[in-house]
Amino acid sequence: MRPFEYARARDTGDAVARFRAGTMYLGGGTNLVDLMRLGVAEPDYLVDVSRLGADQIEPSGDGLLIGAAVRNSDLAAHPLVREGYPMLARAVLAGASGQVRNMATVGGNLLQRTRCSYFQDVSKPCNKRQPGSGCPAISGDHHSLAILGHSAGLNEAAQCVATHPSDMAVALAALDALVHITGPDGSRVVVMPGLHRLPGDEPDRDTVLRPGDLITAVELPPPLPGRSTYRKVRERASFAFALVSLAAALDVNGDGTVRGCRLALGGVAHVPWRAARAERTLTGAPATAEEFTRAADAELAEAEPLPRNGYKVTLARNLIVATLQELLP
Amino acid sequence: MNRIEGRDKVTGRARYAYEYPADDVAYAYPVQSPVARGTITSFDALGALAMPGVIAVLSSAEPPELGPDASPELALFQGREVAYHGQIVAAIVAETLEAARAAEKELRISYQAEPHDVRLRPDHPGLYAPDHVNPNFPTDTEQGDVTAGLAAAAFSVDATYTTPAMHNNPMEPHAAMAVWDSAGALTIYDSTQGPSADRDTIAQALGLPPERVRVVSPHVGGGFGSKGTTRPHAIVAALAARAACRPVKVALTRQQMFDVTGYRTPTIQRLRLGADGDGRLTALVHDVVEQSSTLVEFAEQTATPSRVMYAAPALRTTHRLVRLDVPTPSWMRAPGECPGMFALESAIDELAIAAGLDPVELRIRNEPGTEPESGLPFSSRNLVGCLHEGARRFGWEHRDPRPGIRREGRWLIGTGVAASTYPARRRPSQATATVHNGGFVVRIAAADIGTGARTALTRIAAQALDTSADRVRVELGDSALPAASLAGGSMGTSSWGSAVVKACEAMRKDGQTGHADTTEDVNADGGFARHAFGAQFVEVRVDPLTGEVRVPRLLGVFAVGRVIDETLARSQLIGGMTMGLGMALMEETVMDEGSGSFLNHDLAQYHIAACADVQDIDAAWISEEDAHLNPMGAKGIGEIGIVGTAAAVANAVYHATGRRVRDLPITPAKLLD
Amino acid sequence: MGEITLRVNGTPRSLNVDSRTSLLDLLREHLGLTGSKNGCDHGQCGACTVLIDGRRANSCLALAVAQDGCDVTTVEGLAGEETLHPLQAAFIERDAFQCGYCTPGQLCSAAGMLDEAGPSAVTEDLASDPALTAEEIRERMSGNLCRCGAYVNIVAAVSEVAAAGGRAASDTAAAGASR
Repeated sequence: MRPFEYARARDTGDAVARFRAGTMYLGGGTNLVDLMRLGVAEPDYLVDVSRLGADQIEPSGDGLLIGAAVRNSDLAAHPLVREGYPMLARAVLAGASGQVRNMATVGGNLLQRTRCSYFQDVSKPCNKRQPGSGCPAISGDHHSLAILGHSAGLNEAAQCVATHPSDMAVALAALDALVHITGPDGSRVVVMPGLHRLPGDEPDRDTVLRPGDLITAVELPPPLPGRSTYRKVRERASFAFALVSLAAALDVNGDGTVRGCRLALGGVAHVPWRAARAERTLTGAPATAEEFTRAADAELAEAEPLPRNGYKVTLARNLIVATLQELLP
Repeated sequence: MNRIEGRDKVTGRARYAYEYPADDVAYAYPVQSPVARGTITSFDALGALAMPGVIAVLSSAEPPELGPDASPELALFQGREVAYHGQIVAAIVAETLEAARAAEKELRISYQAEPHDVRLRPDHPGLYAPDHVNPNFPTDTEQGDVTAGLAAAAFSVDATYTTPAMHNNPMEPHAAMAVWDSAGALTIYDSTQGPSADRDTIAQALGLPPERVRVVSPHVGGGFGSKGTTRPHAIVAALAARAACRPVKVALTRQQMFDVTGYRTPTIQRLRLGADGDGRLTALVHDVVEQSSTLVEFAEQTATPSRVMYAAPALRTTHRLVRLDVPTPSWMRAPGECPGMFALESAIDELAIAAGLDPVELRIRNEPGTEPESGLPFSSRNLVGCLHEGARRFGWEHRDPRPGIRREGRWLIGTGVAASTYPARRRPSQATATVHNGGFVVRIAAADIGTGARTALTRIAAQALDTSADRVRVELGDSALPAASLAGGSMGTSSWGSAVVKACEAMRKDGQTGHADTTEDVNADGGFARHAFGAQFVEVRVDPLTGEVRVPRLLGVFAVGRVIDETLARSQLIGGMTMGLGMALMEETVMDEGSGSFLNHDLAQYHIAACADVQDIDAAWISEEDAHLNPMGAKGIGEIGIVGTAAAVANAVYHATGRRVRDLPITPAKLLD
Repeated sequence: MGEITLRVNGTPRSLNVDSRTSLLDLLREHLGLTGSKNGCDHGQCGACTVLIDGRRANSCLALAVAQDGCDVTTVEGLAGEETLHPLQAAFIERDAFQCGYCTPGQLCSAAGMLDEAGPSAVTEDLASDPALTAEEIRERMSGNLCRCGAYVNIVAAVSEVAAAGGRAASDTAAAGASR
């Protein structure tokens, strides 16, 4: 690690005011300290934003306002989250370990970086870490990487097949959560999944945040009707990132047709992947396995699996169908 | 009886290698090669040396003096050739670890990289037959006419099984603190499976007489083979301490461990089995392909269990090795037996299915009277007893062998069985026993790496002295104590126990003190094939839509001679099976061919079994008397637990799904395509 | 560099720390409290688990400089003056360790876990504060890797203490290991 200065911000305004080139905001540190020790992140100045008082969860209209410094474990344990947003509670509980969930903040969770092995190893080329250096994952080991929205088709200097590792973000994407941001240029709100971006030809940019931007809160719209859940498939029973995960909500009319549904996939793309095409296909359609499959296939038609991650297409389809069936009333 | 050091371990008082206080200690950080093959063309440490807190930089730019016989992996900083990615090419010594690590960026090392070859494949032109396979077995064996035997078979199997590279990954990273005294003698607090051998190797590497080196290692945070031979961190510590004239501590990072502490070679194994109409083997052929580094020839004895397990009138085993630009493989729990039995026990299962026979029954029908390859009588063998007892406890009777027919909700359910074996030998060791303060002190440079050796030896001594365990104190973990063999090869308790018993007997005769050296006794061990056996039964649940595999039940029943301590034995056997579970479902070190490096080199990417993966795992043993082993009548138990597990799981997955996976680990991707 | 004051096992400590120093290294290298272990330095194994302000956390990922004003409990602080913590005693009785290196982290993690009400990833009913069945304990302890494979006995030890504290299910998961 390079030496760096550290300061605790008093409040949001103080945090943003302290921002200058080489600054990074520190939440729980569960990803940032990891990256600093790997040499991937090299801030000169850490501004600790974990104690700004942004650690409350409170009703906001019929929805919920969650401070960015709320610890993951507190988010998942909160009665209003468990009751109104089970998809979100389950997503958070599926992530990391108890210790990490106690330390990690909501803001930090959204901003965590890919766990692509090549990204994490500074001795290897990586277009995300060093634009233009190449993407060795494409010809190397990519079995845990993206099948959707990646840029493997671009020239070598821009390609990226990384996935976003957050479970919580997948649920927030399905919930149309609002991310409150404040920065040197003022405040704004971004609707999930719009916080994260596809790699395009700038794989070094994970999000739409601008330098100095600080996430201050996440706001949830009113709870979804119907039933919802989060499922995660991984290579061991716990404490592992998703191969594929799914946040799903299903609301069925009395006549057995779909009144509404939400579907978001994790482990498949650079962003939490909102399966909007599947949702559109399903809305108004009979809530049957056949229709669920049709919707999944519609969504996954644009998948571009790499030579060794084609199983993710099958897994994503199966997960969508099986989970929607579980959510039938 | 609880583990003797239990209180120290649960209170945090037990000290491991990195944790001894020393005045004025400095820290060394090893620097690794980013190329897999090539030469260092230039080395500039000026920038690093100028960094705050940096005391010294060790490298081949100024080769430190070593002994003439330092082994290739320990001959650090002598030459400019790079043999594998991650090889240690320099070390930065500094006042703090942060300072040492931060200075790495300022080192200017240039490499002339050469194309590297890191891919093991069955048709590699560099494959050759080594002189022998570890530890001293013939590379190839053949008896009978396998061609005729296979041709005459009513049922046959011809299949290739592959196991990946796997890493030991003990929880404690390899670490050492080196302290030189003013007379040039070295004390090194190391994490080692054998203080005596570690002392000898370090002395040899440094060109010192062994008496000038002392290794202190009372507590070791696991090894599983990776701490069985001296690792380069110890040499880095010694050289850094010599250069800095201060005590120096080194701890490998988890990432560094993947390159320089050994690993299990990947294997490609072809099994050909032929059986007659009754399921009796007519031929068994086991061909193995595996790798070593260009530096050191390490030939894992993967096919040797096929020389032991089943009666076959025609039997051939071969090993072929290729030297790649990879780190040097080394021992990982049950070298040879572990990967070899995955292949053999999977193939036997496939044969049972082909022959329409129950897999337990098939094994019983092929039970040999003497060791198949050598013709030696077994000192004792109760595999059949294990199979029967395991089947009974597990509820194997009435098993419907048809695959894919049992379902509960989203899960397909299957059961599988596999046999286990591991040699039961011993090595020479010395011990002393002395009357002291109304009790007894036993001294031996054994190592307790989590096996409970301290406790087991206390019990052994107490029995030999006809006294209670609380009157016996065992001192181990220090090379200043009587020289002892390694904690390895499941030979710890048998080797040390032999010496301890003999020393106690000598003490009883003398009245005050006794010394023993078992070299002659061990050299006279012969005439028998000495192995432990076991049978493992597994129930798996597989979700065919997601490929997830869960193991709700895993039972091992073993025949291991006399069990010294039931609690320790159960823990050790279950521990081995837990590691086997990881091997079956999730463990794999990925070699990135582009960079020639182990890619998933941390504990988030290399998956070992976590608590949630482990449901009902149990171990039991049947009684077994064996007078040809050692004074205790005990067989080693540290490794046999892992041996049969992966095949039992793979066999159960086949039973659940109808899909035969011959390539470990059995991940969801392999069940989804 | 930064000046921090924190309470470690009840004792206030004031130190000047390099901002790069982890809480783990502060404990081990600067305060001589070597009970907490370094297994991976990246929050991936749990061997470094301590309690920060009463909650279990990976001390390797906690920058010391960010712990000013915090209360830290390590394995050295679990036992009372005369007696072991019930978890420590249970670990001994149940042989819930082998090499012992993951053990301090397991103990601190279990101690923290027993205070964590609410559901886990395996809880069916999110609204409940579930009893600590063996399945719940296994999930909640999955942040503590054990290569020796002592999980079966660890779960039995933790189950026993959970039951004594009134948190286990009536199926007495604790009894499961006393075979």
